[in-house]
Amino acid sequence: MESFIEIKNVSKVFHSRNKDFEVLKNINLEVEKGDIYGIVGFSGAGKSTLIRCINRLENVTKGFIRIGDHIIDNLSKRQMNLYRQKIGIIFQHFNLLDSRTVFGNVAFPLEIAKTGKDEIKKKVEKILELVDMLDKKNFYPGQLSGGQKQRVGIARALIKDPDILLCDEATSALDPATSLSILDLLKSINERLGLTIFFITHSLDVIKYTCNNMAVLENGVIVEQGKVKDVFLDPKSETARLFIKIHKDFLATSRAWENGGGI
Amino acid sequence: MIDIFLKAFSKEVWSIIFPSIWDTVYMTTISLVITSFFGLLFGIALLITDKDGLFPIPIFNRVFGSIINAVLSLPAMVVIILALPISKLIVGISYGPKACIVALTVVCIPIFSRLVENSILEVSKGKIEAVKAMGASNWDIIFKVMIPESLPTLIRNFVVLTITLISVTAIAGSFGAGGLGDIAVRYGYQRFRSDILIASVLTLLVSVELLQFAGASLSRKILKKRHLL
Repeated sequence: MESFIEIKNVSKVFHSRNKDFEVLKNINLEVEKGDIYGIVGFSGAGKSTLIRCINRLENVTKGFIRIGDHIIDNLSKRQMNLYRQKIGIIFQHFNLLDSRTVFGNVAFPLEIAKTGKDEIKKKVEKILELVDMLDKKNFYPGQLSGGQKQRVGIARALIKDPDILLCDEATSALDPATSLSILDLLKSINERLGLTIFFITHSLDVIKYTCNNMAVLENGVIVEQGKVKDVFLDPKSETARLFIKIHKDFLATSRAWENGGGI
Repeated sequence: MIDIFLKAFSKEVWSIIFPSIWDTVYMTTISLVITSFFGLLFGIALLITDKDGLFPIPIFNRVFGSIINAVLSLPAMVVIILALPISKLIVGISYGPKACIVALTVVCIPIFSRLVENSILEVSKGKIEAVKAMGASNWDIIFKVMIPESLPTLIRNFVVLTITLISVTAIAGSFGAGGLGDIAVRYGYQRFRSDILIASVLTLLVSVELLQFAGASLSRKILKKRHLL
């Protein structure tokens, strides 16, 4: 089966006054339609740059990114804006507009696409129902908790029936219980709508809980990729081993307690 | 001393003050409309043409920024003197309220441009990035995100502009523009009429206080509505 997202030989160089920084180095990656794909890496590994290349907030320096039948680097500015509407994105800090209500925030992508008022109302209410926020539609973001804000963020990202949902550290600012409920929501959306979800995070728990396939990013290089379970059981790279060790160390204490040991 | 203070409230004094209030209101209001328009336009232009802005034109940004800075760095009085020939060009005369309006806008447009620029800079990069990622055009970003999101700060800065305009009107008054400043200088300073000086200063003080109060309340009301307070 042909992949839905293909990232081929992608490099990204940032030029500063006296030095060039190669943030992404020769990235190769394929994601199948309907998959939940996770990228894990420490801070500064280049995860956010990668996601910004996918919706072309950054242009790649070398290589290309293909989504469906489109090589996105070849799109004109106008085509690009249309294409972006088919990619939803949610953020760590939600980035909702404080000047708009929940309804207004979710309606925003439709509004800029010049959708009719009645249709906006119908669609927004339907999607708010999906994320369980319909009763809060006239609230302002200032009145919502983090988890509720992220639900609105998800609704806003889904309103244009996108093919892909990008998640940029989407649960990193939330408490564990709320994180879990957001991840469950994303999983159920993936199942129900067949949406391809692309996750970047520094939390291995999130990847383990949510994703089918994963890649490990280290200093702009993909050092390992494969099925999440395979990477977990048999990590090949130093970074993956370190991630798994940290993950297990956290678990070790509670396991020791369960076995009657520990402090 | 108390005598003079009481005289400041006499009928005779206010028969001189009232017409000048009208002159000040007239000049300030018209200047305010013109300055707001160009200030918003220039402020947004400065912001988006920055090298990290929505529509980067770094050379234009640097040149335009320098012009704004140049006018800002000069004392208001000097700018007014420099602007009077421009007034003659635009409205045909270089004295009186109409000429003064041209001079006032020249003084205040750069100030308001910078205030607008700073207000909108407060909108977080993340929000702008988010709507860009949704396919919003620059036009959408300016009118549906930048301005509404920074509205409470814009309103506060609009009040700062109004107050600045009133005070610059007073300076312009000494160039034959009329208004409260003119009265204060001509009667209060040149004819030693302290009662008239007090009355005009009080009028200025009260109107500035009222404006400040109105602006702050409106700004707070919006913040409250958005539950950001």
